Amino acid sequence: MSLSTTIKLPNGKEYEQPLGLFIGGEYITPEVDSKITVINPSNEEVITEVYAGDKADIDKAVVAARKAFESPEWRGIAASARGDYLYKIAQIIDRDRELIASIDSIDNGKPLPECVEGDLEEAYNVFKYYAGFADKITGKTIETSPEKLAYTVQEPLGVCGQIIPWNYPFMMLAWKVAPALCCGNTVILKPSEVTPLSALYFGKICQEAGLPAGVVNVVNGYGKTAGAALSEHTGVDKIAFTGSTASGKLIMKAAANNLKNVTLECGGKNPLIIFDDAELDQAVKWARIGIFDNKGEVCTSTSRIYVQEAIYDKFLEEFVAHIKDVTVVADPFGENTTQGPQVSKMQYEKVLSYIESGKAEGAKLAYGGAKASEKGYFLNPTVFSDVQEDMKINKEEIFGPVVAVSKFSTVEEVVQKANDTSYGLAAALFSQNVTQCVTVASKLQAGMVWINSNNDSHFGIPFGGYKSSGIGRELGPYALDAYTQTKAVHINVGLRV
Amino acid sequence: MTKLQQQITLPNGLVYTQPLGLFINNEFVAAKSGKTFDVINPATEELLASVQEAGVEDIDAAVDAAEAAFNDGVWAKQEPLERGILLNKLADAIEAEADLFSAIESSDNGKALWSAQGDVALAIKYFRSTAGWADKIRGSIVDSGETHLNLIKREPLGVVGQIIPWNFPLLMLSWKLGPALATGNTVVLKSAESTPLSALYLGTLIKKVGFPPGVVNIVSGFGRPAGDAITKHQRIKKVAFTGSTAVGRQVLKNAAESNLKKVTLELGGKSPNIVFADADVADAVKHIIVGIYYNAGEVCCAGSRVYVQDTVYDKVLAEFKVAAEKVKVGDPFEEGVFQGAQTSEKQLNSILNYIKVGKEEGARVITGGERFGTKGYFIKPTIFGDVTEEMKIVKEEIFGPVVSITKFSTVDEAVKLANNSNYGLAAGVHTADLNRAIDVSGRIKAGTIWVNTYNDFHHMVPFGGYGESGVGRELGAEALENYTQVKAVRVGLKKVFK
Repeated sequence: MSLSTTIKLPNGKEYEQPLGLFIGGEYITPEVDSKITVINPSNEEVITEVYAGDKADIDKAVVAARKAFESPEWRGIAASARGDYLYKIAQIIDRDRELIASIDSIDNGKPLPECVEGDLEEAYNVFKYYAGFADKITGKTIETSPEKLAYTVQEPLGVCGQIIPWNYPFMMLAWKVAPALCCGNTVILKPSEVTPLSALYFGKICQEAGLPAGVVNVVNGYGKTAGAALSEHTGVDKIAFTGSTASGKLIMKAAANNLKNVTLECGGKNPLIIFDDAELDQAVKWARIGIFDNKGEVCTSTSRIYVQEAIYDKFLEEFVAHIKDVTVVADPFGENTTQGPQVSKMQYEKVLSYIESGKAEGAKLAYGGAKASEKGYFLNPTVFSDVQEDMKINKEEIFGPVVAVSKFSTVEEVVQKANDTSYGLAAALFSQNVTQCVTVASKLQAGMVWINSNNDSHFGIPFGGYKSSGIGRELGPYALDAYTQTKAVHINVGLRV
Repeated sequence: MTKLQQQITLPNGLVYTQPLGLFINNEFVAAKSGKTFDVINPATEELLASVQEAGVEDIDAAVDAAEAAFNDGVWAKQEPLERGILLNKLADAIEAEADLFSAIESSDNGKALWSAQGDVALAIKYFRSTAGWADKIRGSIVDSGETHLNLIKREPLGVVGQIIPWNFPLLMLSWKLGPALATGNTVVLKSAESTPLSALYLGTLIKKVGFPPGVVNIVSGFGRPAGDAITKHQRIKKVAFTGSTAVGRQVLKNAAESNLKKVTLELGGKSPNIVFADADVADAVKHIIVGIYYNAGEVCCAGSRVYVQDTVYDKVLAEFKVAAEKVKVGDPFEEGVFQGAQTSEKQLNSILNYIKVGKEEGARVITGGERFGTKGYFIKPTIFGDVTEEMKIVKEEIFGPVVSITKFSTVDEAVKLANNSNYGLAAGVHTADLNRAIDVSGRIKAGTIWVNTYNDFHHMVPFGGYGESGVGRELGAEALENYTQVKAVRVGLKKVFK
């Protein structure tokens, strides 16, 4: 198989898709010939095959990344020069955004306009944001006594392994790669085997930006092989992972061998709480966004909705009507599509089985509950109501367009229910009462709380979870903590022994 | 007919259209009074152009535009991210015309072309760095218990007035505009009357890259009346001034008497450059040369008092004299020239007067001590020896290529001499001993201490003075504090939970 192929996209565009592993600034074949088949979830057809890497390729990537980390071309340049590279990458992304969005749309199934205006806009902004941070990573001087001049320096970690998920392929790449490079690290990125295409394309962007060889390496492969090899490699200084909590636990265990720095963004079963003084019309709209955007394949999806009893029936009625009104489940490259297919057969079948479990456990099916087509992994948005707390659909992360709605009476009750989960990623609440909003936000065990909006993230604001939803924070200045380590320097000025 | 632009051919052959008007609300307009003033090339004493002179009414018009932009316009409503985008675009636009900007700067200010190129590169870099701040302005939350939510926010000030000097026209403009715009303010900026050209040319780029009208207003004019109109204006919320301590005092007075606007000042200095016996002599001499002859000594932090430890005094002085006499003075556009012209006839005469006074007070001219050539405002690199601390040339800021050199014996004496000034802008310490470097830098009262280097800036390292050298800091994260104000929002929370 060649190292690249021409792909024709549904919108007529053609482009050269790299297929190899991007190591040391070049595309190469893996040590052992192995391939991954990339499926288009809209029609179940093969888009292409790409090469898959394993332990031996990870080893190679680590060598390249370590060499680059210590090279004068990377280690020896001014911080603002790193910023210049990131700024250049941002400009290339801006120029190519339609193309990159098309790649993610065909690979992941998300509607194209949403991908351009959402995923790509965010990726561009994130690279630009961290371009502007590179020269602003400062340490501190610390006053202790006249006999000591103490200061701290924030140094890079070194070679960082980064394993990204399939739900926002290129955007997740930006969230990982940009801050890592900003802080002076080098990276080995393992994209998801389900959606490898845009990450492989990123290698070309790095080449065009003139990024020194080995600073960014992209090794495609499976979690169990390439991912595991990366997590347990003793030549890797840090592993950053976004994906399921189950995989996160495995990665943390693997990383323990050399105590490498670990940050994890895992799952969530995020509550949306609607109080009876909420602006109902807005709550309904944000509720739809919170679970059906990106076909529900979002770690911060608010997949449990708690509605205060006085407005419960009214909410359900308006919620279902709104969903019916605006939803178009169709081809991602179609004109009016609001919801594309689930990303893969495995996800599709998993969601269907949760729908069956909801029915079996006695939840009321208020809307949807079935597949939306014969071909392609399309599902109808599904609303279960009168859900009991201990039902599977209320406790487990489904990661699809399925939401569980139930009622509550008091604020104490709903906070207790909201927190009754081992997850703690996000929460949203609707109320017009300032005190209620702020106080409830303070009581929710979640890394992010949205008041009167939902899934309304911003690249300057920290993103991450409490409890089993993860370790550490991404975005904003907080990502800098994840990609640097502190060295304290003590200069003795005259303390003689 | 009012001439609002002119084609200029620069000494290196570059031809361009120089705007002459006042840049207000994204347009170049004539001064309401119709007054103009001449801009002279200090290397040739020839007329470069006549630009419009801002009066009180023009400042009012500029403030009107800036206020509208701040209160109602696109600027106020857009995301901070957009401010960063515009600043980056501005940097890109300057870079695209870097050669032209450098040549304008050399012609207007008199500095050697290599030096102007350095200024332009630094200005571009600084605009980029401040672009990166725009979407990173943060405040904090203070936990005072369940009864309250305490938000501590940083908000922009509004219309800010900025008055820049003539020694680094474009670079000083970037130090002012960058942080003010990144934090969401709108600006009325007055360039120095000796050097208005690069600032006006920048106006064309401000409009070109898409800053909304009124966000940046650039006027040419004098301290009186334009500068005064700014510092006294009731609707300007803050003034940032770089210039002499004497004028700085007036700025503070005007601010106090008008509306108590916030004030930051970057003023003069008489910075000591100290060489200890264990210093690397060759290196120290290099830094002493840069310290006083770079930019023809027209640098607020120039190392204009050199103190050398007695055991190495003769050696240092000998090498310093040789190096000073090797400094090439001449046409800014000529290859190999290090030191160009003093910026104006006024400055030339002021420096020559100090040299005269120095001689009269009994100091010895070791080298230089006179004008260079008969055309253009050039002065020979000058060293005065046999000085006493009471001499005017040792106490007062000369702002030219004139330095005094004295010996000292102990560290305590050096520190005492260094601190013997109402100024406190910078100091140089040359020594191989780490402990001495730390000790002495701790004891000298100055805003920047250079150890084994001099006039050595980085945009992330704050710059400003102790004592009468100024108020506040520019560059670094500290610059953002100059252009924001703290608002505390303390929300009382009724008990919600049982």
